[in-house]
Amino acid sequence: MKSKSSSLEASVSVRVLLPNAFHKHTNGAREVQSNAGNLPELITEIETTFPALKTHLRDEHGQVRRFINFYVNEEDIRFLGNDKYAFKDGDEVLVIPSIAGGCCSCCSYCGREDCACC
Amino acid sequence: MAHAYELRCRECGKRYDNAPLSICDECFSPLEVQCDLEAARNTFTREAIAKGPSSMWRYQALLPVPDDYVAPTPAGWTPLLRAPRLAERIGASNLYIKNDAVCLPTLSFKDRVVSVALANAQIFGFDTVGCSSTGNLANAVAAQAARLGLKSYILVPSDLEPAKILNTQVYGAKLVRIDGNYDHVNRLCSQIADRYHWGFVNVNLRPYYAEGSKTVGFEIAEQLGWRLPDNVVVPMAGGSLITKIRKAFRELIALGLVEEKEVRFFGAQATGCSPIATAVKTGADHIEPQRPSTIARSLAIGNPADGVYATRCIRESGGWAEDVSDVEIVSAIQELAETEGIFTETAGGVTTAVTARLYAHGRIRQDELTVTCITGNGLKTTDALAGAYELEAPVRPRLSDFETYLEEQNEEQELVFGGVRVS
Repeated sequence: MKSKSSSLEASVSVRVLLPNAFHKHTNGAREVQSNAGNLPELITEIETTFPALKTHLRDEHGQVRRFINFYVNEEDIRFLGNDKYAFKDGDEVLVIPSIAGGCCSCCSYCGREDCACC
Repeated sequence: MAHAYELRCRECGKRYDNAPLSICDECFSPLEVQCDLEAARNTFTREAIAKGPSSMWRYQALLPVPDDYVAPTPAGWTPLLRAPRLAERIGASNLYIKNDAVCLPTLSFKDRVVSVALANAQIFGFDTVGCSSTGNLANAVAAQAARLGLKSYILVPSDLEPAKILNTQVYGAKLVRIDGNYDHVNRLCSQIADRYHWGFVNVNLRPYYAEGSKTVGFEIAEQLGWRLPDNVVVPMAGGSLITKIRKAFRELIALGLVEEKEVRFFGAQATGCSPIATAVKTGADHIEPQRPSTIARSLAIGNPADGVYATRCIRESGGWAEDVSDVEIVSAIQELAETEGIFTETAGGVTTAVTARLYAHGRIRQDELTVTCITGNGLKTTDALAGAYELEAPVRPRLSDFETYLEEQNEEQELVFGGVRVS
C-alpha cells in the first residue's frame, strides 16, 4: 500500500498484523505492508485495500469502533500520542480487538436496554 | 436457541453457535453468553438449588455447560459473613463479607470462572489451555487443568509475586514469564490464541469464563435468604466481575427468585492503576489506559477489557468508584485480619479500604445492607506485609521469663488461674 500524504517524507514501511476476526473481510490476509505515516493514514489505507472491511471497522457515526486497539511494537499507540504518532521505518503495528465478557446495559433476559421484565 | 445458551454480540446483536470465540466478526465487539432463562424457569428454583451440591454448580442451570455436565471440582459456595467488628471500625452497622479468600481449590474467586472455562475447553476439544494472568488466574488454571489432564501454558508478568509463581508451577503447568506488564501479556495471548489451537480461558473462551462470575451474585442472594443487598463493593481489574454480579441479580429477578431491587454497585481500584475509577469520577464514557504501578498486582490491568461496561454498570446503578493508595491497602489488609479474622491479598485490601472510604464520605449509609467482596487470599501476597511485623527474640520456656516478656511489652497483664480470668 502507498500513502498519499507521506509520499514526500523519507520512505517508511511498517508491517501491519491483522487479527483473525478481520480475515473474513480481508480474503484471509493476515498481514500487510504499509507506507502510512500515521494511524489515520493507515486506517484509510486498510479500508482502501479491503473495502469489505470498511463498514465493519467504523460505527454508524463513521468513527473507528472503540473496541479496536492499535499497538506499535510493544506499546499501546495511545501512550505514544495516538493519531499524532509518526510511524518509523520497521515499526510493527498490531490491530487487536478488546476481549471483554461483560455488559450490563442490556437485560440478559429480554436483551433490551429499556426492559420492564426485571 | 438450539442449546440453553449461545453467544451473542453485545453491540450489534449477531448470534453465534457455541464456539471458542470472543469477538464478533461483524463489528469486532465482545461476545457474551446468552442463557435461555425461559428454559431454566422450571429447573432454576429455590428448592432445586437447595438440593444441589455445596458448590457453585448448584446454579448449573444458568451456567454455559450442558445439562448433564458433571463438574469435577467443587469451586465456590464460599462463606458470606457478617462483619460486625470491621463495621464498627468504619461506621457501618449492616456489613457482610463475601469471602472468596477461601474459594477452592486455589483460594481466589478465579476458581469459579476457570471451572466454567475449562468445562468448555473440553467440550471444544482442546488438549492445551492457557491464560494471561496477574497470578490468581494462573493458579486456578494450572490446578484445574491438572485435575482434568489438560496441558497448560500460563503467561504472567515477570514481576509477579513469588508465591503466585510457585502456586502455578507446582501443578506442572508451563509458566512463561513475560518481560512486560499484564497488558503486554494479554495482548500476546490474543496473538497466540489466533495462531494456535489452544483454549485461552480469558481470550477465546472468555465469554464462557466470564459467566462463572455470576455465581458470586447467586450466592450472595441465596445466603442473604434470597434477597438482594442495598450495595455491593467489588474490586476491579478487567472490570468483568462487577458486571456479572449485576447480571446474576437481574437473572434472579427475572426468574422470580428474589424481589426486584435496584442494587447499587461500587468499584474499588488501587490509585496506581485506576482507569475505571477515573472514568467513573470524571464522567468519561471511555477508558483512558494507564501504566500500572501498585502493590495490588492482581488488579494491575491498565487497559481493562470490561472497563466501559463496568463504568456503565456503576453509573446506571447509582453507585460510585474509589481508589486507594498502597499504604492504605496494607493498612486495610491488617484491619480486616485484626477485626474479622480474614487474611486477604492486596486486592482485598483495596476493597476493604475503599469500603471504609465510601462510608466515610457518606456514599454508603450506615444501616444499608452492604456486601464487600474479598476475592483472594493473603497467603499469596505476604510480601506486601514485609517489614510490617518484627520477629522478636525467643523467650525461654519459663513462666518468669514469660512474665518478664509481658512486662516489657507494656501490655495489660492477664493471669489465668484455674480457668478464672483475673485482671
